[in-house]
Amino acid sequence: MEFPIALMLVQDGITNGAIYALLALALVLVFAVTRVIFIPQGEFVAYGALTLAMLQAGVLPATLWLLVGLGAAVTVVDGLPALRAGRPGRLLGVAGWNLAYPLGLAALLAALPLQGLPQLVQVALALAVVVPMGPQMYRLIYQPIASAPVLILLIVSVAAHLAMVGLGLLFFGAEGQRTPAFSDAVLDLGPLMVPGQTLVIVAVSVALIAALFQFFERTLYGKALRATAMNRVGARLMGISPSLAGKLTFFLAAFIGALSGVLIAPITTVYYDTGFLIALKGFVAAIIGGLGSYPLAAVGALLVGQLESFSSFWASAYKEVIVFTLIIPVLLWRSLNSRHVEEEE
Amino acid sequence: MKFKRLVASAVIGALFSGAAWAQVKIGVVSSSTGPVAMVGIPQKNSVPLMPTKVGNLTVQYVPLDDGSDPTASVVAIKKLISEENVDAIIGPSGSPNAMGVIQFAAEAGVPLLAPVGTAAVVLPMNEQKKWVFKTTQNDQLIADALVGHMARSGIKTVGFIGTSDPYGENWAKVFTEIAGRKGIKVVATERFQRSDSSVTAQGLKVLMARPDAVLIAAPGTPAVLPQITLHDQGYRGKIYQTHGAALPEFLKLGGKKVEGTVLAASLMLVLDQVADSHPSKKIATDYVNAYEKMHGAKPATFGGNVFDAGLLLKNAIPAAAAKGKPGTPAFRAALRDALEQTKDMPATQGVYNMTAADHSGFDERGRELIAVKDGKWTLIQ
Repeated sequence: MEFPIALMLVQDGITNGAIYALLALALVLVFAVTRVIFIPQGEFVAYGALTLAMLQAGVLPATLWLLVGLGAAVTVVDGLPALRAGRPGRLLGVAGWNLAYPLGLAALLAALPLQGLPQLVQVALALAVVVPMGPQMYRLIYQPIASAPVLILLIVSVAAHLAMVGLGLLFFGAEGQRTPAFSDAVLDLGPLMVPGQTLVIVAVSVALIAALFQFFERTLYGKALRATAMNRVGARLMGISPSLAGKLTFFLAAFIGALSGVLIAPITTVYYDTGFLIALKGFVAAIIGGLGSYPLAAVGALLVGQLESFSSFWASAYKEVIVFTLIIPVLLWRSLNSRHVEEEE
Repeated sequence: MKFKRLVASAVIGALFSGAAWAQVKIGVVSSSTGPVAMVGIPQKNSVPLMPTKVGNLTVQYVPLDDGSDPTASVVAIKKLISEENVDAIIGPSGSPNAMGVIQFAAEAGVPLLAPVGTAAVVLPMNEQKKWVFKTTQNDQLIADALVGHMARSGIKTVGFIGTSDPYGENWAKVFTEIAGRKGIKVVATERFQRSDSSVTAQGLKVLMARPDAVLIAAPGTPAVLPQITLHDQGYRGKIYQTHGAALPEFLKLGGKKVEGTVLAASLMLVLDQVADSHPSKKIATDYVNAYEKMHGAKPATFGGNVFDAGLLLKNAIPAAAAKGKPGTPAFRAALRDALEQTKDMPATQGVYNMTAADHSGFDERGRELIAVKDGKWTLIQ
């Protein structure tokens, strides 16, 4: 194989690996804090990308109505107890975030000339539509069963995934979409031509990972999440609300997912069900990190990206087989190397 | 429920006995949800446009969705046969789905009109497949046209990128064979998945082989990604697509980067440019207009495949009705025989000529060579 070809494959692997790394981090985070194996992570990728595509086509994104619907449901679920307990202030807060925000956003989107907006504003609006669904989802389906065994949480995740894929088809239709690139610039590095979009993806991924690191190391909320991940009961005794930790985690996961979607939409065609496979590869990376270690998960993601890139070069028909078979030796190595811990019931 | 229906049919039967009234029931199975939904949705939408009256018989359609799941297709077919007692079935949308239901349709003796891509549903012909009729052009017919164009353009080597599903597999097989006969060499064969976020590596592999042209075989919009990748990697040879790419979204997603693409497909893409003498022109135009009026968008070719199945049945029902009453095995067997006798019947996709050996029945009137020019489908004269 010629050297420039290898370089291009490495570059392709890094681009995809960066996305897998982001998703792997989100999966590890969600699992560490809430013990949920977050299968719908991939749907946020597709929702993010397709919502942006709809905004750019100048139509009101259909996901907006899901946001309004979920918000109304949360208002009922959280508002009724507050009403009964006679706490109008809390009721107001709940309604503000879950009713006023989605409706306000809908009014804003309806008023704005969507097509003519700068791309960054469109991205921000797409994120504003999709990301709040994360905490809403946690409130509605995971919080009521927060202390259930991992297996039940997993089954609920599968159900949520299927529901979101079905809604995705309803919202976006069966055809795929692409969005224009953030940058058409091409960086010429001798034998290698690096497209601007690749640089954007890698730069945003690295920046996001650095920001997450700062968040967990420096801020109170970040520390609270870390404490919850380390010891749920202990954190609770220290006054950290598990439901707040859950919502915050899902907010981050939805943000990372939707942002990944926005990043890949210019380089590939995104379908309503594309996200699942992408998140599954992130999941392989997270498994390499033992669903617990962030740096190992990130390394695993780069490994998956490279493996995918080179296997599609040499044996494109067996690419997925090769990537997903990677999980077997990793699991074998992990189970031989680590002490088995019974899950607390 | 069953009892009620029995009473109802008895009452209706009593009311209309003697009158020249009977009803033909046709089941339609489409994948209007799931991964094949882009194919199934225009198919489901075409059902209300199909003929509801043939002679003095009314035709009732029973549409079901199989969610793109082959197991669900089998369940749907069994339900249509045992509960609805249908006289014929149109569907399912996907090739694997259709392959799975042939056995059940044949056992029950119900004609199956499959609007699917793979020729495997009617070839090689056998005792079971004689119940199946296919309303799409065989890959072979399309490949013939493409290879002909390649040979005329002086192309000697071709790279192939196809999906790793039955569609891509069959194209790889058929195309390699036909191209070989014309002395065109396939120098690289690569595969990708519909859900792949990158086909950079496959593109590089094809580029390394330096082919004169590249053929991309993928059903629906996934056909766009490899072509854009090749364009971005600086490939400037001719790019060929199959009839799988024959839908408006291909142009929308591909934009300037798919300019110059050559493909062969039914005349539906270039209706206004086809000569008025083409036997399918009026039928296809009427269908497209009616569809646009009802659903507010132009149909993808897949819808035309189902509509044609309706026309084939309309053509065959009178002959079958002479031999038996709808709802009886005699009617269904006669319907199958009549379908096989279809001669020179124009429909939206071309002209059908069925024989005992050929249950797809297209000739060169069922395909047109089309190029993308200035962002529009343009007929190659």
